[in-house]
Amino acid sequence: MKITNEIIEKHGLKLDEYKTIQKLLKRNPNILELGIFSAMWNEHCSYKSSRIHLKKLPTKGKKVIQGPGENAGVIDIGDNDAIVFKIESHNHPSYIEPYQGAATGVGGILRDVFTMGARPIALLNSIHFGSTTHPKTKSLLNGVVSGIGGYGNCIGIPTVAGETKFNETYNENILVNAMAVGLAKKNKIFYSKAKGLNKAVVYVGSKTGRDGIHGASMASAEFDENSEEKKPTVQVGDPFTEKLLLEACLELMKDDSIIAIQDMGAAGLTSSSVEMASKGSLGIELELDKVPCREDNMSPYEMMLSESQERMLIILEDGKEHHARKIFEKWDLDFVIIGKTNNSKNLTLKYNNKIEGEIPVEILATKAPIYDRKWVKKKVVQKKIAIKQLKKIKLEDALIKILSSPNHSNKSWVTDQYDQMVMCDTVQKSGSDAAVIRIHNTSKAIAVTVDSSANYCKSFPLTGSKQVVCENWRNLISVGANPIAITNCLNFGNPENKEIMGEFAECIQGIKEACEFLNFPVVSGNVSFYNGTNQKSIFPTPVIGGVGLIPDISKTLNHYFKKENSNILLIGKTFGHIEQSCFLKENFSISEGLPPEINLNNEKNNGETVLQLIRKNLVTSVHDISSGGLLVALSEMSIGSNLGAKIYKPKKLTNKFEYFFGEDQGRYIVEVEKTDLEKVIKMLNDNEVYYENIGKTQAKNFEVESEFNIGVNDLFKINNQWYNNY
Amino acid sequence: MRSSVIVFPGSNCDRDIAVALEKMQFKNQMVWHKETSLPKTDLIVIPGGFSYGDYLRSGAIAGKSLIIDEVIKFAKNGCLILGICNGFQILTETGLLKGTLLRNKNLKFINKDVNIKVLNNKTQFTSKYRINQVLNINIAHNEGNYFTDSKHLQELKNDNLIAFKYCDNKGNTNLESNPNGALDNIAGIFNSKKNILGMMPHPERMVDKFISNDDGVNLFSSLLN
Repeated sequence: MKITNEIIEKHGLKLDEYKTIQKLLKRNPNILELGIFSAMWNEHCSYKSSRIHLKKLPTKGKKVIQGPGENAGVIDIGDNDAIVFKIESHNHPSYIEPYQGAATGVGGILRDVFTMGARPIALLNSIHFGSTTHPKTKSLLNGVVSGIGGYGNCIGIPTVAGETKFNETYNENILVNAMAVGLAKKNKIFYSKAKGLNKAVVYVGSKTGRDGIHGASMASAEFDENSEEKKPTVQVGDPFTEKLLLEACLELMKDDSIIAIQDMGAAGLTSSSVEMASKGSLGIELELDKVPCREDNMSPYEMMLSESQERMLIILEDGKEHHARKIFEKWDLDFVIIGKTNNSKNLTLKYNNKIEGEIPVEILATKAPIYDRKWVKKKVVQKKIAIKQLKKIKLEDALIKILSSPNHSNKSWVTDQYDQMVMCDTVQKSGSDAAVIRIHNTSKAIAVTVDSSANYCKSFPLTGSKQVVCENWRNLISVGANPIAITNCLNFGNPENKEIMGEFAECIQGIKEACEFLNFPVVSGNVSFYNGTNQKSIFPTPVIGGVGLIPDISKTLNHYFKKENSNILLIGKTFGHIEQSCFLKENFSISEGLPPEINLNNEKNNGETVLQLIRKNLVTSVHDISSGGLLVALSEMSIGSNLGAKIYKPKKLTNKFEYFFGEDQGRYIVEVEKTDLEKVIKMLNDNEVYYENIGKTQAKNFEVESEFNIGVNDLFKINNQWYNNY
Repeated sequence: MRSSVIVFPGSNCDRDIAVALEKMQFKNQMVWHKETSLPKTDLIVIPGGFSYGDYLRSGAIAGKSLIIDEVIKFAKNGCLILGICNGFQILTETGLLKGTLLRNKNLKFINKDVNIKVLNNKTQFTSKYRINQVLNINIAHNEGNYFTDSKHLQELKNDNLIAFKYCDNKGNTNLESNPNGALDNIAGIFNSKKNILGMMPHPERMVDKFISNDDGVNLFSSLLN
């Protein structure tokens, strides 16, 4: 087949990229080789637009065992236990085929985690849909939620936390980010680096079909009106086979049979073999006739580019073949030696004893183009909103409007579709500031959470992304955890547009500054560009997934009020920053101005002090204040507990709307019993933490002095109706 | 007391039930589905999960697996059998329990804590509970909507073979407290000899106050008696 410009473009490669391929190969590639280049050099696999920026992120720390570059990040939680975790996007496939797209997103991230020798113990997700009035939103929501549940429930790993958001920016391009967290022994982590010559390269798992061919290339382009035609590039998930693969792999990992292991994710057999060979500076020869195929007459091209799910590639130690084969046969999975390692440093593909393609591994893995794309800084648009000039509304009505809005309604319609309890270690589940998962058979636990703030990031990426990191850190603190590290999923528009690239560069800068200051390194992540349709890009949406450690599980807290007549303390200073608030958006459809400023010093000091209060048993509930501000956070503490609160009239001269709905950062609400109040205040003063005593808990009624008084039951109803009526 | 937990490919509550049994001092062992004989045992548990992916129909393939003939043999000899969730579905597929589990009425997977009440406490599975005691217990299933013919329903009622019914926190069984559309709010049933119990809720998830509550404990302690 002659390689025409049209064929090159169809492979998602630019003509000058093709010229580079010719130069590196010193010849023209054949169609199989071109396919392989397109799989390795697309944005999704090569990070060609993001690499130079990602390098800036802090990735090291005392507790980091493995940072970015492997299948997932690994952190140390003591006692020879390690936590393996990563977040990944599956946006494009989920928009085209929501159930399978979301399901295989979960399947893919789980494989990344158990490939490293960890048993997955928790799943999280961050899903973003278009406006609730958009005709596609309802069916996308239904499909994505049942897809996430369908996969996680079947494989038997609890889905414990997440966020579901609606914003018209995602009308034509939804976001589906899935995060998996696993537990491994520190001395039994498995990596993808091949070692040794003439070692068996083994294919295990499902058979290869024609699904998902060019999936990674699809994820590296914008959508247009013909996107529906891309349906065949979406893979089909089989959580049952994944469960078998998980158990079989963990069984084989008990001894030292495995030299290297890599899941066949994006770009399937191509990227897994190239990855392993390149990390080990070796060559790999594959005999493609041996690849187990689901369909007849599959060509080498199709085999190398298929993204069929639930498959792994293993490099096996000599003499372990019989032992390993027995395990995979026990689990009714394919186990086929399809190749060997060698010292050629080439990826050699044979079919019927004929070499069909041969490419130096180095070229594929490390010579992919790297772009320093043009970017521009976001212009600061200062805009102060004067509330007094807006239509007059009541405080109570404003609160009700927010609590009944799609973005702030109770999400049990979503989370009831996920098994949150299986494995019986879920201490706190969805609806908490962070989920808490006990480490099986111990008295310690981890806290996990995902966060994003697209509106903040759009209006000012540098502050917005800093805020996401800080909110994540605060959520971990609120349940009593020491924050350890994060994974990030960076969802952006078209990087060839300099404004979008600017959003990316500045978001990275913000993440970097916050992570460095909070000693909260990035250990894994994923970049998803080209989120948009017909040149309309989504808001920049970095999603942060954080993990923290709770050394003593008896010292975890949730945010529900515990007792009548406790003091309610607001920690951190309230300035009343109302621009970009959910108050203005829900009540006046205003989303102008800048996001709240981040003061990293206060953030750290306030958080560390709150953690001390928790560890000393001086507070009985804690909640971080985020979207919706003080009054929404207080309502959430009430709704979950069925206890009310009486909030005093603010003493400060600030406007009451700014006071109650402002989204100033670094703030928490804590509930303190009368007997502990003095000790708490002393500790706050000693640590120079600003606080206000803002009210007391009470039975049944939620009230703001001289403003309104509403039954907690009614608040509950207001908060629980939207999904059921949608 | 010796217990055996059958492990099918796709079972995923096998570890949870094993942990609960061991915590309650059962001498437990796991039995792989390809085995053709069972060890000596006083109780067989068929755990929750998605055996064989629940392809074809939930529980259908497991109901024809190698080990299941042995389970049927043991059941006929009076061995105690407990099927939870997918285990209940499998028991109906084997015919050891009558009726079937349909898709939930709302056509969605449901995971939440619900209330059930004990209708018969004169059995080896429930003797430690009070009659009409309300338990708060977790459900997690796609197909938990119990259905049977009217003749069998009458038999269940006449012979006191309904183990648990979904109810509200005061014990009222009504439409609002029925999470999945199950006939007559049925959450669990016995066979006529009452040596087999199939139930959709997960008692093994309710044995640890730190995670949930301990409303499931008495089911296991009844069995130990």
